Amino acid sequence: MWAYVLRRILATFPVLAVVAFVVFSILHIAPGDPAAIIAGDQATPQQIEAIRASLGLDRPFHEQFLIYVGNVLQGDFGTSIFSGVPVTRLFWQRVEPTIALTITTTIVTLLLAIPLGVLAAWKAGSWIDRAVMSFAVLGFSFPVFVVGYMLIFVFSIQLGWLPIQGYRPLADGFWPFLRHLILPSLALGLSFMALIARITRASVLEVLSQDHIRTVRAKGVPTRGLLFDHALPNAAVPILTIVGVGVAILLGGVVVTESVFAIPGLGRLVVDAILHRDYPVIQGVLLIFSAVYVLVNLVVDLLYVVFDPRIRY
Amino acid sequence: MLMRTSRWVGAGALAALLAGLGATPIAVASEPTVIRSVPIGNLRVLDPIWTTAYITRNHGYKVWDVLFAMDANGDIQPQMVDTYTVSDDGLTYTFTLREGLLWHDGEPVRAADCVASIRRWAARDGMGQSLMSFTESLEAVDDKTFTLQLTEPIGFVLDALGKIDSNVPFMMPERLALTPPTEQITEVIGSGPFRFLADEWVPGSRVVYEKFEDYVPRDEPASLAAGGKVVHIDRIESVYLPDAGVAMSAIAAGEIDLHESPPTDLLRLVEGNPNVSVIPNDPQGFQLFMVINHLHPPFDDVRVRQALLWGINQEDFMATIVGDPTRYELCPAVFGCGGTNESDAGSEPLMTVDVERARSLLEEAGALGARVVMLDPADNSTLHPAALMGAQALRRMGFEVQADAMDWSTLTQRRASRAAPGEGGWNIFITNSTATGIANPLSHNFIRNCEQAWYGWPCEPRIVELSTEWALETDQDRRAELTHELQRLHLENVSYIPLGQYKPAIIFRREITDVIPGPAIFYWNLRKEG
Repeated sequence: MWAYVLRRILATFPVLAVVAFVVFSILHIAPGDPAAIIAGDQATPQQIEAIRASLGLDRPFHEQFLIYVGNVLQGDFGTSIFSGVPVTRLFWQRVEPTIALTITTTIVTLLLAIPLGVLAAWKAGSWIDRAVMSFAVLGFSFPVFVVGYMLIFVFSIQLGWLPIQGYRPLADGFWPFLRHLILPSLALGLSFMALIARITRASVLEVLSQDHIRTVRAKGVPTRGLLFDHALPNAAVPILTIVGVGVAILLGGVVVTESVFAIPGLGRLVVDAILHRDYPVIQGVLLIFSAVYVLVNLVVDLLYVVFDPRIRY
Repeated sequence: MLMRTSRWVGAGALAALLAGLGATPIAVASEPTVIRSVPIGNLRVLDPIWTTAYITRNHGYKVWDVLFAMDANGDIQPQMVDTYTVSDDGLTYTFTLREGLLWHDGEPVRAADCVASIRRWAARDGMGQSLMSFTESLEAVDDKTFTLQLTEPIGFVLDALGKIDSNVPFMMPERLALTPPTEQITEVIGSGPFRFLADEWVPGSRVVYEKFEDYVPRDEPASLAAGGKVVHIDRIESVYLPDAGVAMSAIAAGEIDLHESPPTDLLRLVEGNPNVSVIPNDPQGFQLFMVINHLHPPFDDVRVRQALLWGINQEDFMATIVGDPTRYELCPAVFGCGGTNESDAGSEPLMTVDVERARSLLEEAGALGARVVMLDPADNSTLHPAALMGAQALRRMGFEVQADAMDWSTLTQRRASRAAPGEGGWNIFITNSTATGIANPLSHNFIRNCEQAWYGWPCEPRIVELSTEWALETDQDRRAELTHELQRLHLENVSYIPLGQYKPAIIFRREITDVIPGPAIFYWNLRKEG
């Protein structure tokens, strides 16, 4: 088991190296010039060239890449071309809102989607099943920003219950923190919820038709126990897999959610950096996102063992 | 699991309670007056000399002070300067600084700081470069006095030092002003009415300033960028909201006090709201203009450029990007309408829509049906619709238009290309500028000709001669004549095409009063009640 974990962690490094090279290459192939943006509309070509040289952007591609890799290996992710702030500081400034949003969304999603999926499987073919699956289709169909605007309109503008925008750190108190995350989490979680509910329904439905469930039922176990103590744990592996995949969906979704709700997280940081060709920020944040994604999938793989003792590494 | 959850909820509730208890003593103390505002954009660069970005200029006005500043009448008034003299031959300017000026780190402002700051600014700014080309020496005489020695008398020394638009000649401590102009300063220390709080800056999200208690304002009342910069608030929290609709909702709901640049098409969301005031921002506003590449066919032929004047309808552009007719005006003046250099000389082709005449000019030049590459910055909510409008106008005249959609960042790179349009170059793009930034032949970089030309590279030697003559002229009547002649020549040669002037609005909660409208939002003078 531990040898497997070590192997997986070591396998992370080649993945990150490939990510670093691909991202670096794409950025330098793509059009756009940060020096021209900094210099502004009224700068002469000579001034733009001088700025480009001062930023080291006039050096050959391979030289820039080797310098970048060398710095990353020493833990230096570089400095924002525009703000002059180190990428690591920008990352730490922005990581809390994104983690908070991702965790609350995952919690809300799992708390709502799994019971809905189990319920739909239990009542398969009934109006409850059709209602849950209709909800799932709608959840997939609505873009995050549309859901966000609708939630803001109803709960913030019409009812005045929740704030329209912004983020309050946990240090400001639990309730202000939570108030600012409710709508973004619902907006971000809707499509994820739909996905989990559908997978849960399908997995539980399959387990419910198996022999051991008939035996459990014959022994007189109550429905709730049958569904949640026997059927759900046996259906957990595909659900866990989708939760792992869903993290990528969430990381994509936070970009839009953070923009709509003005949450100063990593998604907004990277989008803004892409728009202005702030190369060190894009490279640093995408590398970290990739590492997080790889690690989440490792955790999911390890959790398989918890839910299915037959699995051995 | 349930028990663990309950414990966490309980701990959270306890934390909230303790936080509430902890906050009580602060609430008893006098509450600071805080303005929460939405800026015109995302502040990425802190150095207003390194970049010309308007958001950085606005940041600069809070942190740094200026030697001279423009008042609401367009006149240049002393700001950090107490007195100044000009020698009889017009060659020597002597400036004396006001008493009591301090940097935010507590050090006194010295003449040597101002000399270094002017030099750094002049290395980047077009008007500054012109000033330096006539400068024999610029030296500090003592801690409070410095002199500017010219090679020949010129009429724009105070216009340059009192320039209101980017790059504004902000004064910085000498140790920062000695930073090469192609590198960004590493510390934000000014002598302006607000201090920048570096620890609270979250790039791309939030910028915080606090009142500089040791700032000594002038005695005169505030007037545009000039006069007494008296601060009535304690703190500015400038929060960048990327979603325009959400920003409008936030100010309507009272989560935000002031929005510096609300989109015109969303103003109706707050118009009629008794808690929100909507006023015109900059009295002169912005000029939209079309940049034409003079190097390549078909626009290397002046007849084809003149055809554009006849075929373009400014009303179409203004109605598309602004909508509300009360917020724009049709304006042929290359130096902007409403300023001292406004002129309509040679404007008949631009102000008359005659598509047939445009087509006959194109036919005469053999350019009917010519292919035109138009750059379309699809991520810019103002310039993208303007580009689409432009493409349609050109098609109506008989061009075959290829509108290349791209983001603004790509456009800034591609517009620098002198290659043929089919080989990565371009023919046309549309952009904008503050009217105050283009108010005279020296500050209007976009229509410089020949060796100093901006993108598009127009070259009419007579324009260069007249612009130099304008810079040297000290007689205002003669300057006005030169301005008219320059206006006529620019439109005759079609250096570029003005597409109208529009006035953005500023919106704020009713608790806010005494806002000074201007090209940048000044946070001095304004008050927040309650």
